[in-house]
Amino acid sequence: MRKFSFGRYALPVYSVLAFVYLLIPIAFTFFFSFNDYRRSNITWRGFTLDNWTSVCEAQGVCAAFATSISIGLISTLIATTLGTMIAIALVRYRFKFRSTISLLLFLPMATPELVLGAGLAAQFFNFGVEMGFTTIVIAHVMFCLSFVVVTVKARVASLDPALEEAGTDLYGSPSQVFWKITFPLLLPGIMAAALLSFALSFDDFIITYFNSGPTETFPKFVYTAASKGLPGEANVIGIGVFLLAIAIVLTIQIRSSIKAKRLAAMK
Amino acid sequence: MATEFVARGADLELVGIRKEFPGFTAIDHLDLKIPAGEFFALLGPSGCGKTTTLRLVAGLEEPTTGQILIGGKDVTDTKAYQRPVNTVFQSYALFPHMSVLENVAFGLRQRKIDDVLAKAQKSLDLVELGHLAQRRPAQLSGGQQQRVALARALVNRPSLLLLDEPLGALDLKLRRQMQIELKAIQMEVGLTFLHVTHDQEEAMDMADTVAVMNKGHIEQMGSPEKLYDRPKTVFVSKFLGQSNLFVGKAQSHNESTVSIEVAGSKISVPKTRAEKHDGTIAIGVRPEKAFFHEEQPKLSSDHNLIGPGEIIDIRFTGVSNQYLIEIPNLGNVTVFAQNIGKSPVIELGAKVWVSWKVEHSFGLSDLPESVSELEPVA
Repeated sequence: MRKFSFGRYALPVYSVLAFVYLLIPIAFTFFFSFNDYRRSNITWRGFTLDNWTSVCEAQGVCAAFATSISIGLISTLIATTLGTMIAIALVRYRFKFRSTISLLLFLPMATPELVLGAGLAAQFFNFGVEMGFTTIVIAHVMFCLSFVVVTVKARVASLDPALEEAGTDLYGSPSQVFWKITFPLLLPGIMAAALLSFALSFDDFIITYFNSGPTETFPKFVYTAASKGLPGEANVIGIGVFLLAIAIVLTIQIRSSIKAKRLAAMK
Repeated sequence: MATEFVARGADLELVGIRKEFPGFTAIDHLDLKIPAGEFFALLGPSGCGKTTTLRLVAGLEEPTTGQILIGGKDVTDTKAYQRPVNTVFQSYALFPHMSVLENVAFGLRQRKIDDVLAKAQKSLDLVELGHLAQRRPAQLSGGQQQRVALARALVNRPSLLLLDEPLGALDLKLRRQMQIELKAIQMEVGLTFLHVTHDQEEAMDMADTVAVMNKGHIEQMGSPEKLYDRPKTVFVSKFLGQSNLFVGKAQSHNESTVSIEVAGSKISVPKTRAEKHDGTIAIGVRPEKAFFHEEQPKLSSDHNLIGPGEIIDIRFTGVSNQYLIEIPNLGNVTVFAQNIGKSPVIELGAKVWVSWKVEHSFGLSDLPESVSELEPVA
């Protein structure tokens, strides 16, 4: 009946191409994690499971990975705690320079990482601070903080102040109201902020490179190794992290859809 | 906890309350005493300061000056969580992350009372929602949420229950039903209720005493019947029902009445029902107390008679017909006629006279702001 129309196929074709484009690097990394590489993992030399079975054998891979994980966890914890407090203050209270502070918090997000990294490094150098694990954490907290504030702020703004007032009205002291009402209701926002912080911290390279001294993080390791010949084990870890992230997202999605179905069924 | 909790209601006293916000004064000067066990309604348009008054009593706002006493004890400087007062919020403010039962149990848990869940369940049974205890608030209808909010407040046996337009979000039918239930619960538990609303019907229907608020102060306070029968200000006469108002210079004709002359007609009010006896005064009458006649009636001096005028609008509202009559040099007058099936068939443009008993007039203490206010507001 209908004639061939370009419009009907344009969107599906475009979507498929866009996804292929997005997924090619991941697919490449995945396949080359099974490469039986020698010096560099760039040309295909045959299938092997060795990279997967002995991930930590390449020198420094696992140590760098562990460092990145602990930096990620510590900076996430600090940035999320501070950021949540700032977000609540910015939404709930009126004080001098409130809008100025809101604006200033956006700056780290808008500033090129090179500028932040170099600037911070100069500060540490001037004050004679030895670069290492601590300076990386300080740097990461700095740039994660803005993202946490922005994410949690949206959640605080959508929280009906009457809920906290109801808590107070029902004999809850300010701290009881915070832990029993405010915090549980902000938790989804805080969790999202924490995941975002961790992801940002875990794969940050530029700022870390300026402020890490001799400390080796995973992105730094991959960068350095790539110039000499990247070990296949790095691909394994990369894919592992990718799968973990996908698993987390899927679990959250499935859980919330089950919950929605159960709610609908009860109504 | 320092505050005592009593099983019966306590009286509430507001002394010289003033509340300023940056840029405006929400409450000018407020003195109010609500006896224990009474159902008291604060009625007024939005922005009149009624919700601020409620929040002051709850402890969610601090007065700029003045004192708040509950059961004779000064609670002005105590925090909201230390006051023996509970609120049913306009938005209900049920905690979305807790079950209905946990919502109701919240106040008891904070006060470390025994048998929390059993008491919460009993309170839910009182509002007939015992079977929904394990649900989340989001799974309930508006009317059910409203009742949970009520149960959550009542379970604490507060001395004073504050209701912030709790029926505003419900549809008309459900609202009528909740009004009846709320009144029944109040009688049963004997608590003092302070109900804030902009709905005059709701206030008159439920409250023992109504205080009409306007621009940060109380215009008039009394039983619904008294307020309706004898409004003292223009605002009250128009906010509580409708009124026809006439303005003129007072002439004292005899011992017992005050009269004004408007467009050649004499309109009188008993002195006992008039706030002002001299100068320019406003006299009013309720539309349902007025009658119209197709021929000029012969009436004794205990009636006011104006006209003739022309019927310019007829509205059928079910129980009554509302006639708008334009009287030259006098303005528009509204007359309600009961729809009892024997009222004369009358058409637009008909020439009529309007009369009412002098004893149904009321004299106000102030004057309408402009001539256009002579026309009754719908």
